[in-house]
Amino acid sequence: MIRLALALLLCLATLPARAAIEIEEVTTPGGLSAWLVEDHSIPFVALEIRFRGGAALDPADRRGVTNLMTGLLEEGAGDLDARGFSRATETLAARFGYSAGDDTVSVSAQMLTENRAESVDLLRDSLIAPRFDPDAIERVRGQVLSGLRSDRTDPRAIAGREARALIYDDHPYATDSAGTPESVAAITRADIVDAHAAALARDRVHISAVGDITPDELAALLDRLLGELPETGAPLPGEADLDMPGGTKVVSFETPQSVALFAQPGIDRDDPDFLTAYVLNHILGGGGFESRLMSEVREKRGLTYGVYSYLAEKDAADLWMGSVSSANDRIGEAIEVIRAEWTRMREEGVSAEELADAKTYLTGAFPLRFDGNAQIASITAGMQMDGLSPDYVTKRNDMVEAITLEEINRVARERLDPGRLTFVVVGTPDGVTDSIN
Amino acid sequence: MRRLIAFCLLLLPALSPARADPVTSFALDNGMDVVVIEDHRAPVVTHMVWYRVGAADEPPGASGIAHFLEHLMFKGTETREPGEFSSIVARNGGTDNAFTSYDYTAYFQRIAADRLGLVMELEADRMVNLALREEDVRTERDVILEERNQRVENNPSGLFREQVSAAQYLNHPYRVPIIGWRHEITELDRDAALDFYTTHMTPNNAILVVAGDTTPEEVRTLAEEHYGALPANPDLPPRTRPQEPPQLAERRLTLRDARVSQPYVARSYLAPERDSGAQDKAAALTLLAGLLGSGQTSVLNEALQFESQIAVQTGAWYSGMSLDDTTFNLFVVPAAGVTLQDAEDALDEALAEFLETGPDPDHLARIKSQLRAQEIYDRDDAAGEARRYGRALTQGLSVADVQAWPDILQSTTAEEITAAAREVFDRRRAVTGWLMSPEVTQ
Repeated sequence: MIRLALALLLCLATLPARAAIEIEEVTTPGGLSAWLVEDHSIPFVALEIRFRGGAALDPADRRGVTNLMTGLLEEGAGDLDARGFSRATETLAARFGYSAGDDTVSVSAQMLTENRAESVDLLRDSLIAPRFDPDAIERVRGQVLSGLRSDRTDPRAIAGREARALIYDDHPYATDSAGTPESVAAITRADIVDAHAAALARDRVHISAVGDITPDELAALLDRLLGELPETGAPLPGEADLDMPGGTKVVSFETPQSVALFAQPGIDRDDPDFLTAYVLNHILGGGGFESRLMSEVREKRGLTYGVYSYLAEKDAADLWMGSVSSANDRIGEAIEVIRAEWTRMREEGVSAEELADAKTYLTGAFPLRFDGNAQIASITAGMQMDGLSPDYVTKRNDMVEAITLEEINRVARERLDPGRLTFVVVGTPDGVTDSIN
Repeated sequence: MRRLIAFCLLLLPALSPARADPVTSFALDNGMDVVVIEDHRAPVVTHMVWYRVGAADEPPGASGIAHFLEHLMFKGTETREPGEFSSIVARNGGTDNAFTSYDYTAYFQRIAADRLGLVMELEADRMVNLALREEDVRTERDVILEERNQRVENNPSGLFREQVSAAQYLNHPYRVPIIGWRHEITELDRDAALDFYTTHMTPNNAILVVAGDTTPEEVRTLAEEHYGALPANPDLPPRTRPQEPPQLAERRLTLRDARVSQPYVARSYLAPERDSGAQDKAAALTLLAGLLGSGQTSVLNEALQFESQIAVQTGAWYSGMSLDDTTFNLFVVPAAGVTLQDAEDALDEALAEFLETGPDPDHLARIKSQLRAQEIYDRDDAAGEARRYGRALTQGLSVADVQAWPDILQSTTAEEITAAAREVFDRRRAVTGWLMSPEVTQ
């Protein structure tokens, strides 16, 4: 593969806006609301359910409890123990996925039309009536601890951990959403039950459905599926105080290639300049060979396989982040080039041609993403989490087109902040001195 | 919780075409094969050109040249600058990339359906007009060394997999890593890349796969216009590789690396692949992998996570799509405090018991119903279907073989699965590897 796929880094602003989909807003008799894209061409429906909150709801001494709780939802529910639940899911050939991130607990489901009612009952039990059996808790705890053990000596994981600790201080974001070996070891069943009540509530849920289902069928399905969830969950944490002092922190670790993460303050999704900053980032390091970072660091100098930057817009913090990996004797040069490009873009802005190219790419790539039921469900649930309305889908490309050269260069001047651009480097980098420790 | 470590991308290998989506195939006069998969739900196409050449077709001593050439194919033609291919695609709202495996190299673009002709023109251009500058070749070699650093040198699991493969194959080039051995990558040059290019990147060695909002008629017209005039290579070498001799001795290895905090044991058995018109044994092995290692209630999970607490993760996988002999793989990640020897013993006990009792009929029925459903879910992903056909056609299978596969899976019996397991689980043809940290003593 000539370059790594970037799916994980793409934020919502890349989403298609002139796609051939119609979003219908459905309100259930029970008072839940959802977005539906009806499409009867394949006999299954994809559901995407997002609960705002996620691992950031973890109590300070129980980091990882939301992640552990989420991992246990499919490990026994209602009358079924873990194996019974798994056999039932396999028999129906339903696909359920549960995951926890910093800001979100996500539930993804794909269910065949031919057995949808039974699949919904099963999914319902996992969300409303998970058992949290002691043996399942120990089994999944062991899995989580094993993952944390693996991360202990993984340079990329170390970089992520060190960057979190440096930037977020005492906010929940300061530790990995899976917790630490110590915090995970201390979690009790009662903590897990509390985390379930805190995270899965009706006041914070956003729902998308795509596929072979009518609005009435969806309304009934959702009341059955989620109607018995508690009305309210735990309060969300406050904004994080960000510590980005500039300079470089070196974490010494024996490995041939240094891994570097970098960050400066970002921009909120609701800020009027967000989309402009998004386009600016696309030109700076947003993926593809055309970005300045890729061109300067990889194409011209061969210093890395991949260098990217992205707007990391979290609920309680906004970062402008990036990553690069280079051999220990070359990472110093890579960092210098990135810093220089950051400064150059702030001072000189982008050219008219760069802006025009970014617009044609971003507006043209837009309908390409509306591809497949599960994909559309994920996109439209994300839009709801970002507080966007369904007509964003039709307006977004015009908003991109309307960005002027003057505007984007003003945002470059105001928002790019080379002085606060902070690097965390893990490896044994030659000639890179630590200015933070 | 399903999986902790991404040992492989799919526990159940990609399986079937979506029967409801029409698939058409034909060939151009110059020998280029064409497959069209229609999906009119969105105005998008995936355009792929697959070459029947990969890392296992490299000359000895030049490991990594197939992958290196893949990178260099973005470095310009007689009329296009380095990087211009991708920037034209991007300016048209498309994305592009490429990948290399043992048996194939593929290039693809995803783009609005009305730009299909444009990407064909670009792809046809670089099939015959590649122009490489010495300095670009040198810079890209550095990029590839960093890619190897990122995927392998920085990742003990990556190093471990290389060692296991090198021990598994005594003679076949599958023993050599796709990205190449580091000491050979550093010697690759422009001439080696151009030799490989001239020999293999020709229409009679290529398969065009187009999936999405198009028709066979449109694809035929555009393909004849852009690819039809390209000359076939009459001297295209036959695809013969050194084959495995009888494997008579079990191999064992231990890789110790200070960057390993979670040790595990992996076992790899030499196994037959899917062959055109003869996919029965591969179907049995595909189901065997599902039974042993897929899902919470797999045989290994039952034995090592539920009945005992030996493991935190187990897995089994088998990829039948391969031109030559493939492997059947198993792994166990032991629970804290369990030695790798105990984990391996528990694995072998579970396998022995399975060979005694055979598949549980209910379990087999569940696996089969999931495979049937997968045919429905797969129709949601036209690009995935394009990849499936591309892989099949570069690995010795036909469109008919791909379409017959779901029925072959469904008709496979428990007895056939047990027989296939008995044949493949022969330690003389196996490699057992332990990945561990230096300070752990077993």
